[in-house]
Amino acid sequence: MDQIPVSLTINGERRRMEVAPWTTLLDLLRERLDLTGTKKGCDHGQCGACTVLIDGKRINSCLTLVVMKDGADIVTVEGLASADGALHPIQDAFIEFDAFQCGYCTPGQLCSAVGLLKEGRARTPDEIRELMSGNLCRCGAYPNIIAAIEHVQRQSGGAAP
Amino acid sequence: MNRFAFARPADLAEAVREAAADPGARFIAGGTNLVDLLKYDVERPSRLIDLTRLPGLNTIEETAEGGLRIGALVTNTEIAHDARVEKTYPLLASAILAGASPQLRNAASTGGNLLQRTRCYYFYDTGTACNKRVPGTGCPAIGGVNRIHAILGASEHCIATHPSDMCVALAALAATVHVTGPEGERAIPFAEFHRLPGDHPEIDTTLRHGEIAVAVELPAQGFASHHTYLKLRDRLSYAFALVSVAVGLEMDGGRVGQARIALGGVAHKPWRDTAAEDGLRGQKANAESFAALADQILASAVGYAHNAFKIGLARRAIVRALSQAAAGTPQSQTDKRIR
Repeated sequence: MDQIPVSLTINGERRRMEVAPWTTLLDLLRERLDLTGTKKGCDHGQCGACTVLIDGKRINSCLTLVVMKDGADIVTVEGLASADGALHPIQDAFIEFDAFQCGYCTPGQLCSAVGLLKEGRARTPDEIRELMSGNLCRCGAYPNIIAAIEHVQRQSGGAAP
Repeated sequence: MNRFAFARPADLAEAVREAAADPGARFIAGGTNLVDLLKYDVERPSRLIDLTRLPGLNTIEETAEGGLRIGALVTNTEIAHDARVEKTYPLLASAILAGASPQLRNAASTGGNLLQRTRCYYFYDTGTACNKRVPGTGCPAIGGVNRIHAILGASEHCIATHPSDMCVALAALAATVHVTGPEGERAIPFAEFHRLPGDHPEIDTTLRHGEIAVAVELPAQGFASHHTYLKLRDRLSYAFALVSVAVGLEMDGGRVGQARIALGGVAHKPWRDTAAEDGLRGQKANAESFAALADQILASAVGYAHNAFKIGLARRAIVRALSQAAAGTPQSQTDKRIR
């Protein structure tokens, strides 16, 4: 069956390629583009390790077929820092607040947190917890993840950094 | 995943034609359930028909009757945070926010939510029998591990439950599903959209092959003053319901005017008992009348080895949800304490 041409912007870089219809965005990122920051945890939309931003919205890349996202703008954990290498405020906060142990869920947590900050609907720790519930952390770093997100919210005065 | 062809029709008519020409074709929109089923080889389509580029299906519009018409491609997130839905149909917003995760709600479509499939472990495991997956092979859930399974309306062939939260609210709100297919358009009352398993558990809905759910229409009555969505599950977030209850009430002083109650997690479809609802009309809103209603709804409930606890849980959840709705204090989906 035919390969299908698609055009994607990934971390600011326009890419054209041909993909089989059954290729997920997660597999494309990791296996073909060598962007292995995005992690394959469960591969079934149950853990959030594969979270990336598509057109500014957080989604599970494991449940996304590339052929359906022709023309989309995609940001992965590799694209969060600025071009000069300065980390995104949420990345700095994760380090400062020790918001991870093994680190496997961290790329998904970071992309999810960026999405959450942009959505602007989490005003209390309860709301942050609920709106981060799509990202599991088996090391149990949840309290520090919440603290890191609250810190960035305070720093930016509620606006998305 | 099996190998399949991919089509990206430009309009609804082309999408219907593509599907009609291929009995093995499946429509896809958000993909949050279908892609998962592809990975497990539960679904093995010959062709996927991508509906996401179809025009006219991604808006929420006010109807002449004072309700809302929600296009099939509107995401779960978009519905839950639409100002009109928040104001007039807070029950629907609440049910959606009780389900899945922000990532999934950002992708999941309205139409796809209606058509998502059961999370029965045996349905997902192609190494086991399952009448829903392969008709005639048997139902290992009946004598097997059945903690998450149905207590109402099941059959000797299937005891699976429908997993949606959104659909439980839509059942309580008496929504209508608008459909387009090879034989034209039709409107399906929500109660008739999903079906009970009976002798054909492989068929989830009354949608025919090639038909597309294009919109969900809400009637004007939204029960905004007296409603709740109470969802009970094994963890506080990001889990399917063991039991959920959607309630909408019209109150007349201390008495119930009109009552709508739909249950999730207990049957092959969102469960409503309109006779029981009618019985609450004119009754005092108190624990006694609510318990009597719960008993009536659950009179035909049957428990299996691991899920009999759901009967008592549902009884208490119905009473609590009715109390919350009558008091005008709906369940919060972020502060998880149940009051």
